Amino acid sequence: MTRKLPKKDVVIVGLGWTGSIMANELTEEGLDVVAIERGPWRNTATDYPPNYVQDELRYRIRHELFLQPEQTTFTFRNKMDQTALPIRSWGAFMPPNGVGGGGVHWNAETWRFLPSDFVLRTHLTQRYGARFLPADMTIQDWGITFDELEPYYDRFEYLCGTSGTAGNLKGKIQEGGNPFEGPRSRPYPNPAQQQPFSHALFAKAARELGYKPFPQPSGNMSQAYTNPLGVRLGPCTYCGFCEWFGCANYSKASPQTTILPVLVRKPNFLVRDQSEVTRINLDSSGKRATGVTFVDTSGTEWEQPADLVILSAYTVFNVQLLLLSGIGKAYDPVANQGVIGRNFTHQTISDVTSFFDPAKFIFNPFIASGSIGMCIDEFNGDNFDHGPHGFVGGGYMGQVQTNGRPIETTPTPPGTPKWGAKWKQAVRESYQSALKPGTGVHGSMYSYRDVYLDLDPTYQDRFKRPLMRITMDFHENELKQNAFLTDKFAEVFQAMGARQVVKEYRKGPYDVTAYQTTHLCGGAVMGTDPKTSAINRYLQSWDVPNLFVMGASGFPQNAGYNPTGTLAALAYWSAEAIRSRYLKNPGPLLHA
Amino acid sequence: MREALRKRAAALAAGAAALALALPLLAANHPGSRENFAIIERGRYLTVAADCAACHTDPHQSTAFAGGRPIETPFGVVLAANITPDRDTGIGGWTDRQFDTAVRQGKLPDGKRLYPAMPYPYYTKMSREDVLAIRAYLNTLPPVHNDVDSNQLPFPFNIRSAMWLWDALYFSPGSFKADPAQSDIWNRGAYLVEGPGHCGACHTPKTFLGGDKTRLQFQGYSIQGWFAPNITNDEAHGLGRWSNADVAEYMKKGHNRIAGASGPMGEEVADSSSQMTEADLNAIATYLKARSGQTLAASSVAVNDPMMVAGAAIYQDLCSACHRGDGHGVPYLIPDLATSSTAASREPTTLIRVVLRGAQTVATKDEPTGPAMPSFGWQLTDAQVAAVATYIRNSWGHAGPVLTEDEVRKARGNLAARND
Repeated sequence: MTRKLPKKDVVIVGLGWTGSIMANELTEEGLDVVAIERGPWRNTATDYPPNYVQDELRYRIRHELFLQPEQTTFTFRNKMDQTALPIRSWGAFMPPNGVGGGGVHWNAETWRFLPSDFVLRTHLTQRYGARFLPADMTIQDWGITFDELEPYYDRFEYLCGTSGTAGNLKGKIQEGGNPFEGPRSRPYPNPAQQQPFSHALFAKAARELGYKPFPQPSGNMSQAYTNPLGVRLGPCTYCGFCEWFGCANYSKASPQTTILPVLVRKPNFLVRDQSEVTRINLDSSGKRATGVTFVDTSGTEWEQPADLVILSAYTVFNVQLLLLSGIGKAYDPVANQGVIGRNFTHQTISDVTSFFDPAKFIFNPFIASGSIGMCIDEFNGDNFDHGPHGFVGGGYMGQVQTNGRPIETTPTPPGTPKWGAKWKQAVRESYQSALKPGTGVHGSMYSYRDVYLDLDPTYQDRFKRPLMRITMDFHENELKQNAFLTDKFAEVFQAMGARQVVKEYRKGPYDVTAYQTTHLCGGAVMGTDPKTSAINRYLQSWDVPNLFVMGASGFPQNAGYNPTGTLAALAYWSAEAIRSRYLKNPGPLLHA
Repeated sequence: MREALRKRAAALAAGAAALALALPLLAANHPGSRENFAIIERGRYLTVAADCAACHTDPHQSTAFAGGRPIETPFGVVLAANITPDRDTGIGGWTDRQFDTAVRQGKLPDGKRLYPAMPYPYYTKMSREDVLAIRAYLNTLPPVHNDVDSNQLPFPFNIRSAMWLWDALYFSPGSFKADPAQSDIWNRGAYLVEGPGHCGACHTPKTFLGGDKTRLQFQGYSIQGWFAPNITNDEAHGLGRWSNADVAEYMKKGHNRIAGASGPMGEEVADSSSQMTEADLNAIATYLKARSGQTLAASSVAVNDPMMVAGAAIYQDLCSACHRGDGHGVPYLIPDLATSSTAASREPTTLIRVVLRGAQTVATKDEPTGPAMPSFGWQLTDAQVAAVATYIRNSWGHAGPVLTEDEVRKARGNLAARND
């Protein structure tokens, strides 16, 4: 029997970055807010302290901070005519779990998307003509512009203490920053982090090739920082245990180090951790959410009524809850109708491994931080003329050396045996003198008619709910893009003086076992037309106006950047619309 | 002794007579009146300054001031009394005079004596007006029926009547007398520290019977598994390297550029000093910084001592990422071991405890971060803890004796018996 809890003003599903931002904004408004989180509560000193967090086996290999597939997983297939099978060990992406969400384990690469990214279809059509785009490519404009979002990017960067060098201050291009970025209203709150030798060498070679390298914007502190909420972060120690790990030094921006200390002091905020939301409840009209149902670790089912529902789980779980709750029309790729599950995307990542003369180059790769790196943006978005190349999209690329951890950092030249004395000797020779960037080429993935999410017809979770089914493959456009970018990237390492550069192109079919990034996007996208979007520009459900859907599930396609900066900015933007308009007159903020 | 006692008794009798005479005059503006806002508000502030909630509010119960919280003393546990105005189980049936006698004389209405877990030896310095203002505030609270049997002490300490001897030895009744030679701010600080603030209850060394060693006032004392550090102006072990503003800021925010409050001091900040006025905290700082400490002879350990060599390696490996190589930490986030009196203290209880078990600092409105030190007890042996502690207390200008493996073993055993 479901037990009913007292009604709250707001229920938040998932307490990661966007859930925390929303909780803080809405409690400021005086609302009584409860956040329901599937995973455990986490604190720095008790959950990832400096005396054992640097355990590569525990966190990187055995995935301690992530969702356990035993709890729930997805099924996967490349093509619509295949039978999807459940993912039993994470590979291509790492679904987060627990308070802080992906904000605990991220590298803290804190980017803004390009102005053209938000008006992508319009922009590309105007520049290259509609026929330049593949027929089955379903990219669309976001319904919001960069300039509208800029103040909210700014808020997130100042919340996090992002370290970086501005490239465009109010329209004036700045030396040393990214000249392609949209105009920013003020500099980053902290100067860029220091760059190790290999990064400086990459920047020098890139400059000689005519590019404009700049330090990657980083949520790891270049110096001690106090954010506008009064929460303090310490300087990064360059230990190189960022992605896959929690930061033990209070140096990486996360909900724990920026928002939660303030939030937990508020009497109008409550967290229920270890509690999994199983559906969003609707009234008999189907147009209004009445709250959510969740199950605790004892298996007890609870109903949490609320006036406002904020869905802020991981991309795929946002879409799953919408489908299981009957909110919005499920996407049908054959009929090309419906929106929930549509425009699902990931990223197109590749790398090069470069081998330098060990007698001349000692890179000390263990001096690292999740998002230090020197990058170039010449081949991102539409920063270059795609006309001659026959594809659209792009990505930033850079010498982003995120770690020198011993299990992973074993680059060996091609032809080296996979084990034994010769392998050991090659690792010994290469550890200090080979470069394999943590990210390398960070390419976009645009959306297609046959890449989508739906409910699996066969496999169910422990509540007998269908698992989400991912249907995803690379399309020719992305593979062309990747070949072009990877070649350009390799040229820089050649110019750095590498004696051998090994290109590791991203090739089809999409491999769900090979790690790329956790940047799954789309499936409940924002837009201007309810026929092609699940949520409006304020992230409000077109179908259920007292439901707002946060996160990268709203991205109509993925850009050539890490998504956190943008999804956090969108959360602030949405919160502002709720605070200034929705609460005064609850109902649709836009009429289609 | 007998002569002194007789004098004291005579003085008390005279005081009581004077009180009795004064009472009818006060009736028109009775301090306990629930209509006197100024007095109630003053009482609320003094209840905070005296940190009555620290003992009388059980953090595991939702009702404030209803008592029942176990108060640990060197002699056993005393349960704090219910001080809500409940007539049967609280103080609702007491007269103002009975309340004043309990707070400032340590005697209950039935004539029994309180145990000095109730800090009446300090509250005696308060003025009668201030005590009755507290009463007036407590009277405004909802009465809570909670019958507390305070005395949980083992024999022979459970014999309350024996407390007359303790009082004779250690209790000097009498209100605070301002020192005209000192500034108003010093005098205000002295009143707060010696009276309602009862700082000495934790920070002053005690005799084997738990009385203050007044000659060593504020020079630090081990209590509840922590060492309440020296809060005199002593350069090496006390507040000598703290400015007045540092002291006031620490009490207001729980954190300053040097240190963060945790354990019982963290509770004190949360419940009491963070809610006090800047002027009063500045007064407290002025008074404490004016107190000279007893500087002990330095006994530095040589840097090539094997303990120092091992300790330096452990420090570099496990501590330096946060506390930095130079020991200075990160202001307001990671304590500055190079300037900290806890690190320099000769009494290693807190240092060992924090290394073994970790510590959660207090989060306040002004400093909401509340950073925490992780536990290293599962990772370091007694010998390793002894080495790194020896290194910390002999680096950056500190000079303390070698900490032995045996001391750490004993501390670990004591800690294992504690659930806080």
